[in-house]
Amino acid sequence: MLVTIFVPWLANGDRKPAAPSNPLAPQSRAAPCGRQTRKVKTPLALHRAFAFGDWLLSARLSRSPTYNFTQPMSTIEAEIDALRTEALEALTEADGEAGREAWRAEWLGRKDGRLTLRLRALKDAPPESRAALGKSLNELKATLEGELEARRDSARADALAALSADAALDVTLPGRPQSLGRLHPVTQTMNDCIDAFAEMGFRVFEGPEVEWSRYNFDAVRIPDDHPARDMWDTIWIDTLIEGERQMLLRTHTSPNQIRVMEQTEPPVRVIVPGKCYRQEATDASHEWMLTQIEGLAVDEGVRMSDLKGTLYAFARRLFGEDRRIIFHHSYFPFVEPGVEMAIDCFLCAEPGSDCRTCHDTGWIEVLGAGMVHPEILENAGYDSSRYTGFAFGVGIERVAMLRWGIEDIRHFYQNDLRFLRQF
Amino acid sequence: MKLPLSWLGDYVDVDLPPAEFATRVTDAIAEVEGWEVIGEQWDPELVRVAEVLAVDPHPNADRLVLATVNVGDGPKTVVCGAPNVASGQKVAFATEGAMLIDGHSGKLSKLKLRAIRGVDSAGMVLSEKELGLSDDHEGILELPGDCAIGAPLVEAIGDVVFDVSTWANRADLLGIFGFAREVAAVTGQPLREPDRSYSQSERSASDFVSVTIEAPDLCRRFTASIIEGIEMGPSPAWMQQRLIRAGMRPINNVVDVTNYVMLETGQPLHAFDYDLVRGAEIRPRRARPGETLTTLDDIERDLDPDMLMICDGEGPVAVAGIMGGGNSEVSESTKTVLLEVANFHPGSIRRTSTQLKLRSEASLRFEKGIGPDLASYAQDRALHLLEQVAGGRPASGLVDAFPTPLPSPRITLPAARIEQVLGIPIEAGEVRRILVALGFDVAESGDAFEVMPPFWRPDVALPDDVVEELIRIYGYENLPTTVLRGALPEAQPRPLERVREQARELAAGLGFQEVVSYTLTSEEILSRVVPSTDEDRTGPLAAMNPVASQHTYLRTSLRGSLLSAYAANRHHEDAAMRFFEVGVEYLPTEADLPHERPVLCAVLGGQRLERWERPGPERLDFFDAKGAVETLLGVLGVEGAFTAEEHFAMLPGHSATVSIGDDSVGVVAQVHPDVAGAFDIEEPVFLIELWFEPLTRVIPERPDYSPPSRYPEARRDLALLVPAETPASALLDVIRTHRARGVRIAADVFDEYRGEGVAAGQKSLALAVRFRADDRTLSEKDVVRIEQGLLRRLEQDIGATLRA
Repeated sequence: MLVTIFVPWLANGDRKPAAPSNPLAPQSRAAPCGRQTRKVKTPLALHRAFAFGDWLLSARLSRSPTYNFTQPMSTIEAEIDALRTEALEALTEADGEAGREAWRAEWLGRKDGRLTLRLRALKDAPPESRAALGKSLNELKATLEGELEARRDSARADALAALSADAALDVTLPGRPQSLGRLHPVTQTMNDCIDAFAEMGFRVFEGPEVEWSRYNFDAVRIPDDHPARDMWDTIWIDTLIEGERQMLLRTHTSPNQIRVMEQTEPPVRVIVPGKCYRQEATDASHEWMLTQIEGLAVDEGVRMSDLKGTLYAFARRLFGEDRRIIFHHSYFPFVEPGVEMAIDCFLCAEPGSDCRTCHDTGWIEVLGAGMVHPEILENAGYDSSRYTGFAFGVGIERVAMLRWGIEDIRHFYQNDLRFLRQF
Repeated sequence: MKLPLSWLGDYVDVDLPPAEFATRVTDAIAEVEGWEVIGEQWDPELVRVAEVLAVDPHPNADRLVLATVNVGDGPKTVVCGAPNVASGQKVAFATEGAMLIDGHSGKLSKLKLRAIRGVDSAGMVLSEKELGLSDDHEGILELPGDCAIGAPLVEAIGDVVFDVSTWANRADLLGIFGFAREVAAVTGQPLREPDRSYSQSERSASDFVSVTIEAPDLCRRFTASIIEGIEMGPSPAWMQQRLIRAGMRPINNVVDVTNYVMLETGQPLHAFDYDLVRGAEIRPRRARPGETLTTLDDIERDLDPDMLMICDGEGPVAVAGIMGGGNSEVSESTKTVLLEVANFHPGSIRRTSTQLKLRSEASLRFEKGIGPDLASYAQDRALHLLEQVAGGRPASGLVDAFPTPLPSPRITLPAARIEQVLGIPIEAGEVRRILVALGFDVAESGDAFEVMPPFWRPDVALPDDVVEELIRIYGYENLPTTVLRGALPEAQPRPLERVREQARELAAGLGFQEVVSYTLTSEEILSRVVPSTDEDRTGPLAAMNPVASQHTYLRTSLRGSLLSAYAANRHHEDAAMRFFEVGVEYLPTEADLPHERPVLCAVLGGQRLERWERPGPERLDFFDAKGAVETLLGVLGVEGAFTAEEHFAMLPGHSATVSIGDDSVGVVAQVHPDVAGAFDIEEPVFLIELWFEPLTRVIPERPDYSPPSRYPEARRDLALLVPAETPASALLDVIRTHRARGVRIAADVFDEYRGEGVAAGQKSLALAVRFRADDRTLSEKDVVRIEQGLLRRLEQDIGATLRA
């Protein structure tokens, strides 16, 4: 049977398919960019609208192929063989992804690829040869597509290999500088302390730094001529009110025990963070401005063992789960009993190693605490036979120094970036 | 307080190693700050007690002698150069090989014996320096007479001296006997009382002196005893040694006894030369206006009527409880001593000693509060010692003025209170044991303990005071850890703190390093950054007693702190720096505490970092500062408006007020170069201030939300010509408020241009305008129409025209 085919070998149109040059980019199968553009309704669409119209116009102008199926099958098969040879040779010569894309458009292009046109013309083939012809053409198409895919995979693998080998980075070069600030170590430590106590149900309360003498001292049982005042060297505000100096920079956060109880009814469970001040000479372990956190819990049934449990949880949270704590007897006029809490030293390897933190005692003093003195409860209008409470005061700088091994408290408020950026 | 273990051992046996003793004491009694071991290096074989049998001249040297000593194994001859060596003395004697401090080099070295001026020496009689006791190398150390001959020196006078810090309410712990009582309670060892026996002469003390308390509010008790036949001289070696170890200087036997008894009991005493007490009478009274007294330290003291004086028939002879007067001091010629043991009001002693700037061992004890009954106890002990060491004969009886003896307090401690406070019960037998060991009387009545504190514990007044006594001796290690029970208190909303803490985190996230500065500054620094016209901020509060003059004034602005930090860090930082601080401005308020106004202040400036972490050519500028504020406010849920406005210390034309709605919330500006220069900053530096009070008022609880639109935005870029002085915000305001049939219009400025192609007096602003409808995709036609309307509105409202 003779089949004559008139093959109008279309010149490859002058359209330039967008060929991805980056082998790592998703492989575009040259989907018609016009359609894609229309689907994605970005502001870009309006800008591009006109260019799209141009393209459509040129597409519409392309000729439709006509076929002559009068040639015998063997000739047609020979022609298909020739086509295969030509296509595969062209693919071998295609240069880079752009070349491969041009090749794909020429042979497999959806509108007018040379093979596409042939496949489309199948419908005009005589029914008796249509199946065989179709099979051959489809096999050819599969071959070409497979070859193209193999080429692309191999090119992509080559490119990746080159990127990994020739373009390998010196990963030891510095990163690009980013601008990131940090919170002050005292703030960080304070936040951690607040979090630790907040987990146990403590609310935050704040009070004034400039405080009445009666709150700072008298209300917490440190009358004017009591030697306990020596424990808190005071910076006084040089302002007379009714002929008396009544204002000072609070020497501790404890006046807020009073302020809180004046404002609320039990149950009380608060922490009070803030700055305090001492009139004292500075050295590696003394600073005249310091940061404290005061804790107060008052309710029916608050016990000293609760104080120990609360501080134990705090110590483990801040200094490690394996910390142990002990209470020493101590004296603060506003608590009874009064204690100091120490944690076991985690800085010295063994006793006798000249530990500068625990002085070989194995224990590090961390804070003062105790049961709220009944007079203070009564002054706040609480029935001290019914309500009990505990209070504690933590020096934040001390906690920060222990955590990071900071050797000198005076670093904190010098604001030296070389210090601050380490935290 | 210095606590020599050897002295403590008079009253209680201690057989714990120093470290363990220190721990037990610290846990239950008072803080041991350290200890010193005396005689650690004295070899028991080579350094021993010897007796000097004879002293003979050295045949070949005038300044040396030959001493014959007995170390228990027959006489030995040693060459000695000490001027004070004398027959009959007990001395420290070392033989070859002993480790001693070299008298000349001061270093520990091994003793090597050699012939001195032709005479062999069997050993060496030692000075304090050679033993490491002090720097005294003038003479040999004379040992207490009761040291056994031949005994190892370390056994005779070796010691551990603890340094103990006691409490402001515990005068009794400033007595070694008082301390021993606590140790006994802790260790369970028996307590031995010091000997208080003495003989009394026929004559009664009241025949010698009368005591009249004229200020019973300040002088609660005054006891006087008389000791005749005093033989003044140095106190015995054992007493001197103890005084020295406890940190006091021996004076003479009478004064040493008073100091010794004070160190032992905690009760201060004072000895007068009876013959110098005028009128045979003592009158504790307030000082009279204009009175003065020269105290024992030879300083003339101006007295005032709040001060309690001990006076004789004519005038002051001592500042009560603090220091005696030179006019009645015991001396070598003293024959009869009037011994004062009194009790004074603690607050009065403290006020007087503060006023006179005179602190003494006595005042330190009195101000802590001493039980009045301790006076007679200390009298008895002192009379015993005076009889022993000063040959005195006490007159019989005390002259005891004690106007209103205080009733012994009785405290009812319900047994349940112990568990209520501590969380654990303490068994009744243990309660009794502890309290009795501490000297309390205890009786049980029903479910309660009736407790009588001893006279030396005026600090114990409430049931909870007793609970503390129980738990500290019972042991805090026996207190379990439990978890707080009960309801949680209601949470109070704290909007300002929430905003403040959020801003703090954001500022750090935006590249600013947080700093914390001293809140006290100088007037000069404040005046650079705060205008004198700002009534809120001028007249800052001043510290009466600042730690340093540059920390006198409470800052009413954080600007100075931040600029100072910037300048200080510029010395070692090349590139851009960004700092912020969150703090308060202390704004003085008439007759009240200042308003502590919370603020965030930030400064930034310098060269931006390039790829290789090197400062590049581009500097941070105003718009970096503004961008940070915009972002920060944006995250907080508000959009700030920036209005050009001059601010003090800021560069005009480069300074803006930040506001939200009608509320001004902050400042963004370039610091005026003159002001920056005053802080030694020689580059453009920019400042941000945000006040949290107005900010908190305008920040929404949660940000406005609208779902992302399903329809695309249309974008048009427009270049508009406007008068040069028109702020970009004017264009944006018009665009934001323009309404066009449900279409939302938003715009961003992306360029500002002046120069060629733009007429003088005008500028071109490039805007990216975005149009969006919630219900449809806008057609090209829609957009063109809306844009035309917008352009007409811009032209009408602010004269903007589309640039050709």
